[in-house]
Amino acid sequence: MTVNNTQPITAELVSDHGLNEEEYKRIVELTEREPTYTELGIWSAMWNEHCSYKSSKKWLKTLPTEGPRVVHGPGENAGVVDIGDDDVIVFKMESHNHPSFIEPYQGAATGIGGILRDVFTMGARPIAAMNALRFGDPNHPKTRHLVSGVVSGIGGYGNSFGVPTVGGEVNFHPRYNGNILVNAFAAGLAKKDAIYISKAEGVGLPVVYLGAKTGRDGVGGATMASAEFDGSIEEKRPTVQVGDPFTEKCLLEACLELMATGAVIAIQDMGAAGLTCSAVEMGARGDLGIELILDDVPVREENMTAYEMMLSESQERMLMVLRPEKEAEAKAIFIKWGLDFAIVGKTTDDLRFRIQHQGVEVANLPIKKLGDEAPEYDRPWLEPGIHSPQPPHLFAPPHDYNAALVKILGSPDMCSRRWVWEQYDTLIQGNSLQLPGGDAGVVRVEGHDTKALAFSSDVTPRYVEADPYEGGKQAVAECYRNLIATGAEPLAATDNLNFGNPEKPEIMGQLVVAIRGLGEACLALDMPIVSGNVSLYNETNGEAILPTPTIGGVGLIDDHAKMARIGTADEGDVLFLVGTEATHLACSIYQREILGEESGPAPSVDLLMEKARGDFVLAAIRSDYASACHDISDGGLAIALAEMCMASGIGADCAIDITYPHAALFGEDQARYIVAVDDQWADMFAANSEGSGVSFARIGTIGGKNLKINDLIDISVTDMKSAHEAWFPDYMAGTLEG
Amino acid sequence: MKTTIIQFPGSNRDRDMIAAITKIGGHAPFMAWHTDTSLPDSDLLIIPGGFSHGDYLRAGAIAARAPVMDAVRKAAKKGIRILGVCNGFQTLTESGLLPGALMRNAGLTFVCKEVRLEITNADNPFTSKYAQGEIIRCPVAHHDGNYFADAKTLKRVEGNGQVAFRYAEGTNPNGSINDIAGIFNEAGNVLGMMPHPENLIEPAHGGTDGRRLFEGALNMLESEMA
Repeated sequence: MTVNNTQPITAELVSDHGLNEEEYKRIVELTEREPTYTELGIWSAMWNEHCSYKSSKKWLKTLPTEGPRVVHGPGENAGVVDIGDDDVIVFKMESHNHPSFIEPYQGAATGIGGILRDVFTMGARPIAAMNALRFGDPNHPKTRHLVSGVVSGIGGYGNSFGVPTVGGEVNFHPRYNGNILVNAFAAGLAKKDAIYISKAEGVGLPVVYLGAKTGRDGVGGATMASAEFDGSIEEKRPTVQVGDPFTEKCLLEACLELMATGAVIAIQDMGAAGLTCSAVEMGARGDLGIELILDDVPVREENMTAYEMMLSESQERMLMVLRPEKEAEAKAIFIKWGLDFAIVGKTTDDLRFRIQHQGVEVANLPIKKLGDEAPEYDRPWLEPGIHSPQPPHLFAPPHDYNAALVKILGSPDMCSRRWVWEQYDTLIQGNSLQLPGGDAGVVRVEGHDTKALAFSSDVTPRYVEADPYEGGKQAVAECYRNLIATGAEPLAATDNLNFGNPEKPEIMGQLVVAIRGLGEACLALDMPIVSGNVSLYNETNGEAILPTPTIGGVGLIDDHAKMARIGTADEGDVLFLVGTEATHLACSIYQREILGEESGPAPSVDLLMEKARGDFVLAAIRSDYASACHDISDGGLAIALAEMCMASGIGADCAIDITYPHAALFGEDQARYIVAVDDQWADMFAANSEGSGVSFARIGTIGGKNLKINDLIDISVTDMKSAHEAWFPDYMAGTLEG
Repeated sequence: MKTTIIQFPGSNRDRDMIAAITKIGGHAPFMAWHTDTSLPDSDLLIIPGGFSHGDYLRAGAIAARAPVMDAVRKAAKKGIRILGVCNGFQTLTESGLLPGALMRNAGLTFVCKEVRLEITNADNPFTSKYAQGEIIRCPVAHHDGNYFADAKTLKRVEGNGQVAFRYAEGTNPNGSINDIAGIFNEAGNVLGMMPHPENLIEPAHGGTDGRRLFEGALNMLESEMA
């Protein structure tokens, strides 16, 4: 693209930039004249949905973001939470949905790169990563190609960078056929007094460009991420960035080394809308102007225009404001790591964002207004309809419980994800205590004898579709449960809200009501939202994805010697159900896999009960009573028991007092756990449950080679395992039967 | 015993290796940078895992030509012990210090999982704390670990007892010829291996089978071993 900066601004050009007439009128007012072509690009980058949150801001403000442990909430590159001993955990989740659909390897890889940069920009060394992935119907012709590309892209980037991937989600649903989701989470460890933020301070200080060179890749990426897809999607490939994990690794080391010298005043990574967003952010936050000389920007392509340089989304780049006296020291560090280091501008006191290129001023805009005056919409929305309750007798029981169990264990959404996680380095850094396949990934805190952190990413989109309010609550509650089940105290969460087109009132209704549910659950379960990302317009040819507000939670384990796992129960241990008999089969995996239907209300979440049972289970694990623990979620009690048996390789013999067997075994009522307790502590555990007012039932003992439940289920652990492990590799190899 | 760990810009299991040496040997290793032309006086040199220069070319190919590798070659000639793990193994084959080559995994994907290793030759300081024929647990994490050597080289390597470890029955994760997971040079002072013993050295890792490799490499006495 070689476009002259004097190109006339036509209505068509404005609309190509994703701006409507009203917005353009406001831009002319704020610019106090017609913008130049470069300026139009800058306004559009700052005002697109991805950067400005213009449709969601009003509602995001309602989420609880504060707590005694929160050091930095939303607004910085990532959230910062105190974990004691002067340490903080820095984390965020972000989507890279559209790029991953267009070019799965690079789209996913750069998604990982972006979230890692968000974390180490703040001075934290990344210690854990997770990915929440949603693909279309397994039978859709593109799905296998997308799974293969996304998984190898995540591995290709994360493994080379050197961060362990400790958890995540992989799900399939036809509603993601034309719009997959790739939500990447990263967490890093830092000292509380060594956190870096983007706010610049001081006039006349050098603005320094660091990292990789600028190319034309990703020009307009953020605008693309804010538009719906149609049939012309393949034409958007040039807006997908290309990742280089080796450069990112060098950038990490160089940044941490530089920060240790005290040279850094402010730092901002170049993510969406690259140089534009990062420079404006640093200036506007610090009440300063910024002047950039584009001729000094390191480039890897010839004849790049100012427009292209300002909007390039080339990866592995950072912008910093440095102490001038430390310039030589800083430069030496970057040369050591083989990275570009260039002074590309300075801070000013005039609150203008000025861009010089080839001796011409190509942009001169009011820096604070670029962000502050971004439109904020109160889009019309519709309250979603509510389903009437559906008692268990409305659902047919299976003809054969064993066959039903095996079918569910081997179904695309419930089978083992080993094929995926074995492509990720889960062990690097030597601190991984729980790998994918359990309730949460656990990583110990280096330098501490007993402390560890648990990470889990959760949402059940079919619930959110059926009932955005209960579904929103459930996403937080399940994340909370997964952390609790390892013995972690849930600390805080990050949210990644993936929805369709917010200009449609029913989609906006899903967003508004899901946020209401998320907020209530975060408040009740003491998990403030400290960072996040909104991805809207996830639609192709007018069909929206399932509403998918992914929650990434972090919990603290004070002594990992007492931590619980799903597969550590021993022969003779007593199994307890914490919670009551299930009755809810609507929207369940059983309904979908066995009855071939997906309908009815989502299970409701009683937050007070959720908290009471969570507190009780956490206390039991921390007192070292629990030899194993698992939360009950997708597939219900029978699946949770099967998963525990498969993980330990030992069977279980259960006798459960039940009314509706199929509902009791496969119902998805919330706030429930299975806890295995050494025989000698079983009575004490029961007495404590009673004392705490927590419902429980003694349901069986661990032992033997089979999982037996009443006279309904009797199946060997080996048979369950072979069903559970088979689907993914067979599907990816194209050898799936039927 | 003094240990030096050699760092390339894309080394990423260097920290794991520092932890292993410090926790097992009782003191922190020296560090050398890829552009260094001389090395601290040491008894053991380690090239850790990672993606030395991104490995967009053959893994370890650029690293093998780094200035520091001349010093490593000299040390090898002098009989100083050298351990290359994963990317370190790739760098050692690329630099000619070990025979054969490491190709892309037969399954064409990165693989991170636990395998079992058979101690094929325990008559060497590196493997001396294991029993001949013992089967141990060990994780792997690599994309290019498919060991290959031409028939003549393979015959020589096997004949000389240069095979240190083989993937035990049914656990070969990458298609390596003769299930080879690690080899010595002819003199026996250089060991290259794809698996990561440094990630299985303490109970928190779920096992300690990797520990004895370091105890052997560091000439530790029974009384010094945990």
